[in-house]
Amino acid sequence: MTLAYYPGCSMHGTSREYEESLLAVAAALDVGLTEIDDWSCCGASSAHVADHLLGVALPARNLALAEAQGADRVLAPCAACYNRLSGAVHAVAEEPGMAARVPEVLERPFANTVRVLSIVELLQGLAPVIEERVAARLEPNPLEHLNVAAYWGCLLVRPAEITGFDDAERPTGMDDVISACAANPVRWNMAVECCGGAFSVSRTSSVLRLSRAIIDDARRCGADAILAACPLCHANLDFRQGAMSLRGEPPMPVLYITQLVGLALGLPMSSLGFERHFVDTQPLFAHLAREADKAAAAAAERAAAKAAKAAAKAGAS
Amino acid sequence: MSEAAITDRDRAIFEPRITAFVCNWCTYTGADLAGTSRLPMASNVRIIRLPCTGRIDHLFVVKAFERGADGVIVSGCHPADCHYTAGNYHARRRFGVFRELLSFLGVDPRRLTFSWVSASEGAKWADVVNETVARVRELGPFDTYHRLADASAADGDPFAALEAAAPGAAPQAAGNDAALEATVGRSAR
Amino acid sequence: MSRIGVFICHCGENIARTVDCGAVADALRDHPGVTVATDYKYMCSDPGQQLIKKAIEDNALTGVVVCACSPHMHEKTFRRAAAQAGLNPFVVEMANIREHCSWIHDDREQATAKAIDTARTIVEKVKHNRPLQTIRIPVTRRALVIGGGIAGIQAALDIADGGHEVVLVEKDPSIGGHMSQLSETFPTLDCSQCILTPRMVEAYQHPRIKLYTWSEVEKVDGYIGNFSVTIRKKARSVDEDLCNGCGDCQAACPSRRIASEFDAGLSRRTAIYTPFPQAVPNIPVLDREHCTLFKGRRKGLAKDACGTCKETCLKGAIDYDGEDTFVTEEVGAIVVATGFQLYDIGREQPEGLKGYGEYGYGDVPDVIDGLQFERLASASGPAGGKMRRPSDGAEPKTVVFVKCVGSRDPEKGMSYCSKICCMYTAKHTMLYKHKVPDGRAVVFYMDIRAAGKGYDEFSRRAIEEDGAEYIRGRVSRIFRDGDKVKVWGYDTLSNRQVVVDADMVVLATAVRPQPGIAELAQKLSVSYDQDGFLNEAHPKLRPVETNTAGIYLAGACQAPRDIPESVAMAGATAAKVLGLFSADELERDPSVALVNERTCSGCFNCERVCPYGAIERRDVCDMEGHVCGHVAYVNPGVCQGCGTCVAVCPSKSVELAGFTDDQVYAEINALAGW
Repeated sequence: MTLAYYPGCSMHGTSREYEESLLAVAAALDVGLTEIDDWSCCGASSAHVADHLLGVALPARNLALAEAQGADRVLAPCAACYNRLSGAVHAVAEEPGMAARVPEVLERPFANTVRVLSIVELLQGLAPVIEERVAARLEPNPLEHLNVAAYWGCLLVRPAEITGFDDAERPTGMDDVISACAANPVRWNMAVECCGGAFSVSRTSSVLRLSRAIIDDARRCGADAILAACPLCHANLDFRQGAMSLRGEPPMPVLYITQLVGLALGLPMSSLGFERHFVDTQPLFAHLAREADKAAAAAAERAAAKAAKAAAKAGAS
Repeated sequence: MSEAAITDRDRAIFEPRITAFVCNWCTYTGADLAGTSRLPMASNVRIIRLPCTGRIDHLFVVKAFERGADGVIVSGCHPADCHYTAGNYHARRRFGVFRELLSFLGVDPRRLTFSWVSASEGAKWADVVNETVARVRELGPFDTYHRLADASAADGDPFAALEAAAPGAAPQAAGNDAALEATVGRSAR
Repeated sequence: MSRIGVFICHCGENIARTVDCGAVADALRDHPGVTVATDYKYMCSDPGQQLIKKAIEDNALTGVVVCACSPHMHEKTFRRAAAQAGLNPFVVEMANIREHCSWIHDDREQATAKAIDTARTIVEKVKHNRPLQTIRIPVTRRALVIGGGIAGIQAALDIADGGHEVVLVEKDPSIGGHMSQLSETFPTLDCSQCILTPRMVEAYQHPRIKLYTWSEVEKVDGYIGNFSVTIRKKARSVDEDLCNGCGDCQAACPSRRIASEFDAGLSRRTAIYTPFPQAVPNIPVLDREHCTLFKGRRKGLAKDACGTCKETCLKGAIDYDGEDTFVTEEVGAIVVATGFQLYDIGREQPEGLKGYGEYGYGDVPDVIDGLQFERLASASGPAGGKMRRPSDGAEPKTVVFVKCVGSRDPEKGMSYCSKICCMYTAKHTMLYKHKVPDGRAVVFYMDIRAAGKGYDEFSRRAIEEDGAEYIRGRVSRIFRDGDKVKVWGYDTLSNRQVVVDADMVVLATAVRPQPGIAELAQKLSVSYDQDGFLNEAHPKLRPVETNTAGIYLAGACQAPRDIPESVAMAGATAAKVLGLFSADELERDPSVALVNERTCSGCFNCERVCPYGAIERRDVCDMEGHVCGHVAYVNPGVCQGCGTCVAVCPSKSVELAGFTDDQVYAEINALAGW
């Protein structure tokens, strides 16, 4: 399959590892991503509070470009970009007069034919393929020992009439992807609670409080890591984690969903960008590797014992 | 005889006349509720009350158009909720076929509205009325029948008179079909 | 020669404000066939009716048209008045110039023109009205009550005490309904079962009440005074005549892990069971879905996997081979009292409802609904009346009550208010505090609706005497946090977020009609609204009747309702039924179909489409008595007057009195050339 790809401001910048891992995973799963030529900012949090038409037209410009470039689907890995682009699709389809006004403002034609996909929708759709590849790997999968809390944040499933997929209060799509990777999705309570979002700069203390509550709950529910699907959520949970007073608990690594899938598919770690994280992921991987070794050793011991028993039995008869 | 011959000016000053055949238990009561709730609506509709949409004969609709209606509404209970259990199913089936016939006769099927309005749906009745009036106003007055009647009264040969009245509708095919096509006015669409 | 009187009502200001009644009278006076046309302020009042009667007598009128409100309002009134003046009531019709004209239009000119058109149309119709004689049919003076909760029981008792037989059908193994599950009732806090069980026993023992439990209404044929109802008696597997209610079978049953419906899932029951000790009748039912023996039979096992209850029963009352049976009861009136269910807090929801994921979708064991709390509080409940939370049996020290879950919420639930939750939540806080005096009861509310007698005082008591904490605001999240249940809410009056670490949470969920209500309503030809509640004939003036003659409503099947109102409504339906049964014969509307046998060709299109099977085939004989043909005949006792047969008759041989082709075409023609 081929999709148009809308990186938005963060994928080439602060969440470069998200794009690195995305491109690696896309290549491995035969998903062609064609970056939209001449794309511009989606407006994110700022445009729609300043002016409604601006908040629709800015993202619509990228959709119009995608349309002109022959795409019928756009992947927007950043949750905010995804929400704004979907919001534009919805506004142009539902609000009277918007379908005529937007092309006027953009000074280019726009027929609203492009569908916007989030990273979760894409990967959930590919979950059977991922599962197959994971099962086919010969080496034991260390991810089997990984308990991970799927963090959705606010923007992927709300407002429900705009995003239109999964359950707005208890979504399960990311858990499907985690299970396909043979890791263990943890049941926890903060999956759709806000991390503080764009207040990261203007009200950092609120972000620290909100994000810490998320990390605390993930830990209490037994998670080894948190999975994110949004650059800003990742930044708040990972980049800002150092500033949170964690009261002596070990730091909680925050992985991108594409990084998890990359690990599951056996892609080289260097292509997945872990070194860009602020919370070191190496202790986690070391722990998983140790668990994997332990499990392998235990399995070998059981196999040996079984063989010995069988031999003894054969010898006795 | 095409409806395109109606001028925009005609449309602008014309108030459509709509005859509505409604069932007593659902739509009539729903219209009562619209009244009790004081929902404003266009005054172009005249209701004829029947016990059930199943009672409605095709010819009522034809007669209504013949006698001057520009549009007709047929409205009854929702499927499965007919007060007489099945009358509205018969009506629905009947009108599915009748619409085809009306269309074949050259009457724009958009002049016939078929709706389900229950006794608790006063607001829906108001919407049906207002929407139908707006739609029929757009379509203009229904005078196809009257022009045919006038044409046949004026001269012995209705077809010849019609050709004279609407020269653009000249038949494309040869033979008997040609006259029929001219009368029916297929060129409208 | 038509001599029609046209009477235009002002209806005070209701019509006169928008329609120029004088002008309508003037216009109609000139209409051919109209002898007298006059207007008056209140035509339905005594002087108004006198005016009409006098006009009929003075002018030898042959027809009357009253231009006023909807015929649904006053057609009977004016027909009665005309009959008193000696005019056949069926030449009297109404032209609706209020609901269909003055109330929905503003423009005086347009409204007046429309009123004149409407009046003329009806005048033209009435010219073709024929005098009709009321049809008299016998009435079966027995009633059917569907539903054995408090409303059904009360209706059955009132009708039976009024001297007539009642058939009471209940789908559960015992009568009693939800009231039997409650612990104490508001506003008096008296024990629910204590006041209910005497009524249950009275109904069971009443010589004129025939009780079918574990049964459902399968089919309803006929019409008012003459219903034929087929009842499915589900296979109980226990012979009701042999069983003496000893309970040995239940004690012996090895299948003990089935979720108890009576305890709202908080405890387990056996496969053969009575739902509660005071069940009426005290005869168990074998739940074939969960019974080991029947599971084995469904799998095709050669030998029955269990037989413990049958072996244990000393009376030999257990029968594994019985099937559902059907009985037919002839009744003259039907009372629907099917009650309510609560909005489910789980994830599985019917079409159109979303459930509350933010409250955990029912996954947190200590988040329960109102009926479950009643069972916990009940002395005969799973915790023996002690406050014990479901997860670990610990006594909850902090209980949060959340009101309006699923009610007043068009986004996820029902848009209406469920009426009883404010009162039962106040009651719940009081029950809790009486049992755990040092506990904390916190209520999150939007409003407090306590409008009945003693109700406001009751809810104040909860706050002032029993110390319930009422916080005005909604709850945004409920989730498990360790062994506590975290509740995130908001206090709008002091404008701050509130977090409560609760031990248990009770959700006051919306009241909805029973599942399967749409199917039952269709069997009865009764209409229902978009929430499933059955429609009353008129919200103010006919709250217990439906638009289907002979079928009445009692209790929560019509709208959310508390016990005093359900009992009152049941009494009202009984009054209607007793009124219906008070005459020897029932007068039927003569608007029925009639076949012209001379022109009927015997194609029987009509027979095929009649929803009531009212068409019969009649032989036509020659002078020697040989059958030479067949024609259709309409049974006037069965015909309901829909007119479907008229529309399908190819030779126009059947007519519907009151809506003949002549009459309808007269109306259509009257609209020519507006």
